[in-house]
Amino acid sequence: MRPVYMVSGGITKFAKAHPEMTFQLMVKKAYDYALADIGLTHREAVDAIDGVVASYFSDHFTRQLMAGIMVQDYLGLVPKPGHRVEGGGATGGICFQEAYKSVASGVMDVCVAYGFETMSHVNTWKGNEFIALASDVNFDYPVGGFYTGYYAMMVVRHMKEFGTKVEQMAMVSVKNHINAYHNPYAQKREQLTIEDVRNSPMVAWPLTRLDVCVMSDGAAVALLASEEGIRKLEKASGTRLRPVRVSGVGRGTDSMRMADRPHGKVILLPHESPDDYRGLDYPGIHSFRAGRMATKLAYDMAGIKDPLKDIDFVELHDAYTSSEIQTYEDMGLCRYGEGGKFVEAGNPFLPNIDYGLKLKKKGTIPVNPSGGLMACGHPVGATGLMQAVFAFWQVQHSIKKHFGNDLLQVRDAKRGAIHSHAGTGTYVTVSILEKA
Amino acid sequence: MKKEKENIAMPETEEGTVLFNVPFPKDLKQLKGMSPIITLQHYGINYIHSYGQDSPFFAGLANGRLLGTRCTSCGYVHVTPKLHCQQCGGECEWMELPKEGRIHTFTVCYFGSEEFLKETPFMLVLVEFAGAKTLMLSRLLGVDPSKASVDLIGKRVKPRFKRNSKFKPTDVYFVLTE
Repeated sequence: MRPVYMVSGGITKFAKAHPEMTFQLMVKKAYDYALADIGLTHREAVDAIDGVVASYFSDHFTRQLMAGIMVQDYLGLVPKPGHRVEGGGATGGICFQEAYKSVASGVMDVCVAYGFETMSHVNTWKGNEFIALASDVNFDYPVGGFYTGYYAMMVVRHMKEFGTKVEQMAMVSVKNHINAYHNPYAQKREQLTIEDVRNSPMVAWPLTRLDVCVMSDGAAVALLASEEGIRKLEKASGTRLRPVRVSGVGRGTDSMRMADRPHGKVILLPHESPDDYRGLDYPGIHSFRAGRMATKLAYDMAGIKDPLKDIDFVELHDAYTSSEIQTYEDMGLCRYGEGGKFVEAGNPFLPNIDYGLKLKKKGTIPVNPSGGLMACGHPVGATGLMQAVFAFWQVQHSIKKHFGNDLLQVRDAKRGAIHSHAGTGTYVTVSILEKA
Repeated sequence: MKKEKENIAMPETEEGTVLFNVPFPKDLKQLKGMSPIITLQHYGINYIHSYGQDSPFFAGLANGRLLGTRCTSCGYVHVTPKLHCQQCGGECEWMELPKEGRIHTFTVCYFGSEEFLKETPFMLVLVEFAGAKTLMLSRLLGVDPSKASVDLIGKRVKPRFKRNSKFKPTDVYFVLTE
């Protein structure tokens, strides 16, 4: 395989609803932003691009099969190769990795990964029904299919096993909402307190409305290229690109029904030892084996030995505050069971932002400096690509240019990890972006 | 801090006026400023759905029996049935699960998917059985939702069955044994 770079990205602001646009135009806006950012005209782009990968999660939300090709023809990129990928909440992360593979394999020099979701076409409760169809419709969905309920059951077990507290979960919400306050792309920009989170209406005990991400309309685009592709794009646009290398990709899976997850041994990362986890039944329903598998593969490929030392920031799939805590552990930012204490100490907060909290170890490794899904929104097919774009801008040190302020720019960011997650931990992708 | 006043809003419902036409400008240049036309379209389907090789599980529920499967090669127990072993790939046989289990975890759903909204608040539970590592998702009844606490974990529960089967996993539910 040959080196792959991300060379540009764009996001169509995530919103509760974008009735003024169809999904084609939503993607087009993000695509045009990505082209403009590297000074590429439509014609030059069409000449340079070898193919595309399309990402959207739900045929029910779209109520349009083959929507991927409708975007591709709207962008003027037919008859070039293209296909759609689908993998629940991780659809965007999978799309990014399929575009990576297209370039790494030598099949393409320049590949566009685009994703979108149109969740406003149904009411929130019907939307929850559509999402819950991503649980076994024979055995799970009819019992009371509701993803917040599933995640609540997982964190209740996490609380039992490890003593995780609801206030620690609320701190994740405070962090991500306050980060998003400075992100113009975010759907929700609110200054919250732990009390606000706990006093907000209960959705599924112990998760309140502010422990849960929202549904959105939105789109995101990532442009990936080989070294040859970069030369082509630079020649076409007459500008010098500032590529960021995709140095690692990993993906993991687990059984669709969380009730089926076996109990075994932890898949260890290089900085862990079997002694760390004596007597721990793993993954059970408190941890995501798919997330750990994806992490291990991505870290191995990028040569990451200790994530706290070797990674400068993480954009991870915080559909729930609880799953952000669980994911700290899967990604080895702390040991299994220590996720609650990890956030309580302040590790995943940005060092320069005032959260109204006393934090002892503030800013060890900022997690979701963008505000994450929690506050930016979660138009499923676009989400994993949004993370790629935010991480790209972080490593490029261009947050100020794109956000209009540099409050969320991670100082000295050289390497970041993005993490996209489906189902109850069914498909998970981790990708590493670093300074070229 | 969120202001309470900002949260005051008339509930949004889906019924509306049937619209057969809209105003149209003389100058076509004005069309790009036009508001989007948003219509209500029905999306409903009946499926002819087969439970296939898992059908005996639902026949069991209709007859007041809770069935799982056991691998004939390695003995692994699938509480939610699988006819092929997820551990060794061996073929599984049907077996009756113990008459009592324990709460592995649970939640109280105060909201839910549209189909289940009218049933809120309801409790979901994952039940563990002696001799099995896999779990069963079900409803927990007879517990006061306001008493939700991790102390419920480990409590003994037993299955109860609906008298008239609907051939759905909700034909069985669990109640506390004690």
